[in-house]
Amino acid sequence: MSEASLYFLQQLINGLTIGSTYALIAIGYTMVYGIIGMINFAHGEIYMIGSYISFIVIAGLLGMGMVALPVILIIALVIAVFIASTYGWAVERVAYRPLRGSNRLIPLISAIGMSIFLQNYVVLAQGSRDVALAPQISGSWTFGDPQLFEVSLSYMQLIIWAVTLVCMTALTLFISRSRMGRACRACSEDQGMTNLLGIDTNRTIAMTFIIGAALAAVAGLLLGLYYGVVNPFVGFIAGLKAFTAAVLGGIGSIPGAMLGGLILGVTEALTSAYFPSEYKDVVSFGLLILILLFRPSGLLGKPEVEKV
Amino acid sequence: MMRQNFYTAFFAAGITLILTCLMVGVKLTSEGTELRVVGATAAQWTWIFGGIAIVFLSQLFRDQISAATAGIPRPNLEAILPAESVRSRLKPWLIAMVIVGLFIWPFMVSRGSVDLATLTLIYIMLGLGLNIVVGLAGLLDLGYVAFYAIGAYTYALLSNYFGLSFWICLPIAALMAALFGFVLGFPVLRLRGDYLAIVTLGFGEIIRILLNNWTSITGGPNGISGIEKPTLFGLEFNRRASDGGTTFHDFMGIDYSSSYKVIFLYLIAVVLVLAVLYVINRLMRMPVGRAWEALREDEIACRSLGLNRTVIKLSAFTIGASTAGFAGCFFAARQGFISPESFIFIESAIILAIVVLGGMGSQLGVILAAIVMTILPELAREFQEYRMLLFGLLMVLMMRWRPQGLLPSKRPHMELK
Repeated sequence: MSEASLYFLQQLINGLTIGSTYALIAIGYTMVYGIIGMINFAHGEIYMIGSYISFIVIAGLLGMGMVALPVILIIALVIAVFIASTYGWAVERVAYRPLRGSNRLIPLISAIGMSIFLQNYVVLAQGSRDVALAPQISGSWTFGDPQLFEVSLSYMQLIIWAVTLVCMTALTLFISRSRMGRACRACSEDQGMTNLLGIDTNRTIAMTFIIGAALAAVAGLLLGLYYGVVNPFVGFIAGLKAFTAAVLGGIGSIPGAMLGGLILGVTEALTSAYFPSEYKDVVSFGLLILILLFRPSGLLGKPEVEKV
Repeated sequence: MMRQNFYTAFFAAGITLILTCLMVGVKLTSEGTELRVVGATAAQWTWIFGGIAIVFLSQLFRDQISAATAGIPRPNLEAILPAESVRSRLKPWLIAMVIVGLFIWPFMVSRGSVDLATLTLIYIMLGLGLNIVVGLAGLLDLGYVAFYAIGAYTYALLSNYFGLSFWICLPIAALMAALFGFVLGFPVLRLRGDYLAIVTLGFGEIIRILLNNWTSITGGPNGISGIEKPTLFGLEFNRRASDGGTTFHDFMGIDYSSSYKVIFLYLIAVVLVLAVLYVINRLMRMPVGRAWEALREDEIACRSLGLNRTVIKLSAFTIGASTAGFAGCFFAARQGFISPESFIFIESAIILAIVVLGGMGSQLGVILAAIVMTILPELAREFQEYRMLLFGLLMVLMMRWRPQGLLPSKRPHMELK
């Protein structure tokens, strides 16, 4: 292989890594949008909180003298998922549920308020500076021609791919097979009817928030380990990207969010490889505008029919 | 009943404990390359347990609290205010008095308060502009600050590179902002409302990133400094005149004072706000203004009546953007220095909060909210670090208990029951 194609392959690997975490966060947006038709602006902050919690747990366990890394990571994952889900549930309960059935703008504004609140809550509790964690998982596979360009696939990237794959498979099975998943799908079709059939829609909606937050926390742990830093402001931009991914794939569609995340991640990696990297955000938002222009329902979304 | 409340209260307190125990109870600190956790101080534990206690008690005595708040008599504005006919007769006089007051007031107070008033007027202008987009047309614009930035940078760049004066740049800045609004709005406004929110948010970020990185023209993060101040028919407000110019105090034959400049800027702001108010009030009574509100209320009905939804939305979006352009141009002239730091998302959120707090669509409400939002942080400086936290909380609480805002707009209307 030539140098250029090896370089391209490396960017593709990096892009797929970032893309799979975008996909994990995007699931939360797309599920909530699919079921109650609102953009949960505070979702990015949940991801950020998940990242913080996992850092706290990892640093705490390391400080206590624990050495078994897999055990530490699993404990961190469990605690981060649990606490972030509680945040997701609490946000829905406090800021969105009382507003159900009002004008569309109202929950949206409440969500923006919630996002600002959570961000500043973390600033007050943990300080606004970057918190850095030393790399926990090192090592990588390298291949390609040492004279030209060596492509490296780090173990961390492999772990990100594997965990994302497991989460996505589990989610797909949950949505398509389980009773709760069926209730979720029914709710997004017709909430009133679902209610009449004896399904607690409030509980189903709360469940979607919990699932979304849990996946965001997984992404928070993975990206936190990958980058090694977190600050209270990472949630805003990651949320924006993930939402772009959700729209790209077709909002309301779960496979769409996965696909959208991967496409966005790869696009960003390629942009920052071949252009000045500051412009990668410009390209991803530009992509969002283009998609909305030519295919408003996204790649895998169904065109929306307006009903009176 | 009490028992039920007790369980809920216990549950809510437990949730609060889960939420806060790790986030507030433990703090991450870096020691060299190592990351450590330290337990919280006693003050933080007080916060945590105080919060839990409040949640527990408020849930436990939920019924009593709601009964008690229902018992508080609400002031009835209608009873205090004079009758409609008297009010409409008094209104022009009242407006005239306020305007005269606005022009006389700065000569009697300190320089600092005039400066603060100018800032408030900028926010009023921004609030009024966003009110057209969000309040009247019902389009959620989260990147409003981008148009503000465009206005500011238009003036700064034109003045720096071509030496154009403030008064020439003012309409150009508004036109530039309107042009960007048009170009952005054209593809997006055909879509559903929520997409607009996210696209405008992305647009705001794009503009900020471009301003930050296009160093050769915009100066990047360092911004542009030394922007010319406005002149009064060519009279400058500096101590010394530039080449071929005359200063205001020389022309009038009075001593130089730096407060003339501040007062002059304030007066420009007052004139701009009055102009914007006048134009918006006219527009609201025009067919296009009525169409904005109709479209906000019921899009499908409007379309079936033959209104072109894209054109109407686009007009609101563009006019809103041009108001931000005005405000941005004035902001650049007042500061004399601008950088991308002034145009971050939080700024958009503050303007949105002004509109929401005041009552969407209500101009008086927006003005009131802008005054509150700029003066309160000045008064409560010791709460500086809690400002944004409270601000987010306020947005959520307002949506929950008073979504119509402080002074909701009132229009004669009938409803089918």
